[in-house]
Amino acid sequence: MNFLFTHPREVATLTAEHLWLVGVSMLLAIAIGVPLGILLTRRPRWKTVVLGSTNVVQTIPSLALFGLLLPLPWLGARADRLAIAALALYALLPIVRNTYVGIAGISPPVREAAIAMGLTSEQLLWKVELPLALPVLLAGIRVAAVITIGVATIAAAIGAGGLGEFIFRGIAMVDNGVILAGAIPAALMALAADLLLSGVEKLLVRHRS
Amino acid sequence: MPGDSDIAIEFAGTGFRLPEGKTLLSDLNLAVRRGETLMLVGRSGSGKTTSLKLINCLLKATSGEVRVGGKPVGEWDTIHLRRGIGYAIQDVGLFPHYTVFDNVALVPKLERWEPRRIGARVEEVLALVGMPVGDFAARYPHELSGGQRQRVGLARALAADPPILLMDEPFGALDPITRADLRVEFKNLQQKLGKTVVFVTHDVGEALELGSRIALLEEGKLRGVYRPAEFLATTDASVKAYVDVFRAGQQMFRN
Repeated sequence: MNFLFTHPREVATLTAEHLWLVGVSMLLAIAIGVPLGILLTRRPRWKTVVLGSTNVVQTIPSLALFGLLLPLPWLGARADRLAIAALALYALLPIVRNTYVGIAGISPPVREAAIAMGLTSEQLLWKVELPLALPVLLAGIRVAAVITIGVATIAAAIGAGGLGEFIFRGIAMVDNGVILAGAIPAALMALAADLLLSGVEKLLVRHRS
Repeated sequence: MPGDSDIAIEFAGTGFRLPEGKTLLSDLNLAVRRGETLMLVGRSGSGKTTSLKLINCLLKATSGEVRVGGKPVGEWDTIHLRRGIGYAIQDVGLFPHYTVFDNVALVPKLERWEPRRIGARVEEVLALVGMPVGDFAARYPHELSGGQRQRVGLARALAADPPILLMDEPFGALDPITRADLRVEFKNLQQKLGKTVVFVTHDVGEALELGSRIALLEEGKLRGVYRPAEFLATTDASVKAYVDVFRAGQQMFRN
């Protein structure tokens, strides 16, 4: 345990790196995943293909995914770029799936009434579908965030930094103190993300049965 | 509505077939007069709801056409057409994330009414359906009873003062007492407002009580259009079947 407290600067730096990897990849996954999920509700035929392929990505072991992306021209040039792309791919499935499920699960009479009242399809999306799908969508983002924080520790294996540095170093040195200096902050970060997002969820969906 | 003709809605050789080939409605010719309450009666699957949905373009006719205000619905701007047609359904479909006020205010808001006018109008229509705005405006749909929800649904349909109302078994899921109350209130309301109403029901009693005319549909075809007295007095065997069931029900009630 000592290492964690004797090297506060290094811990802080790697925690910040970790946060950056997770933050950027989550933003990317949300920016791609939510529109993709919405698209699936409009084009249900694509559902099998899109959800199937995001599912396949999830089954690839993270270390292998980092390795597979390595030879790609622009992505492989920088370790952090590569790590962010791989993490975003992992985060994609829960976000796409929950966006789709959240919208598809809205009760048919609600949607029918909205259409019959003369809502345009954008109004339907912003005033009815997204607000009603929000709890499910946020749950997807929560799951994605927790997964990403965990998987991001592996990014150190390809030199992308983050708290995984301590874990890999500790394994090499056979020093549990060093491993814990990576593992504990990462676990705390996952807990904090979970709490924070569930708080956001409660705040946004106060009023429903 | 453009045109000054007496006809608000007209089906002209209208048919609807599912992509898989099943015909739900064939060659419907029917005119709904301005200000009348036309009841569409028939069994499940007779094409009542299909006919209703063809009016506000929730479905598109696969043959013939439907005219609203003399103009084929296909030539209307769909959004504009729908904003001028109130729609109330059995499941109500209130927005669970909106208060009663916001549910009712939605179409006026979309139509960019002034906030003060919206407030006044919401109060007015809620009062019309027997829901005092002070008690209910801030509540959410899940805090209301089934009957109250249906009232709010009706208020929402009336909010932007559309000349036409489409109603699909709006009282079908309510308990008998609430249903009877709402029927009476709807009848009074209709006398006051004089909307053109197309009302789907499979309840003959409801059709006789509320309708100025009754259109009987069977297996996607129109059997005939009757005034309530004609409907009761008919000798046509297929109409008589409905009347007999209705009379039997009343008889049991009396005993």
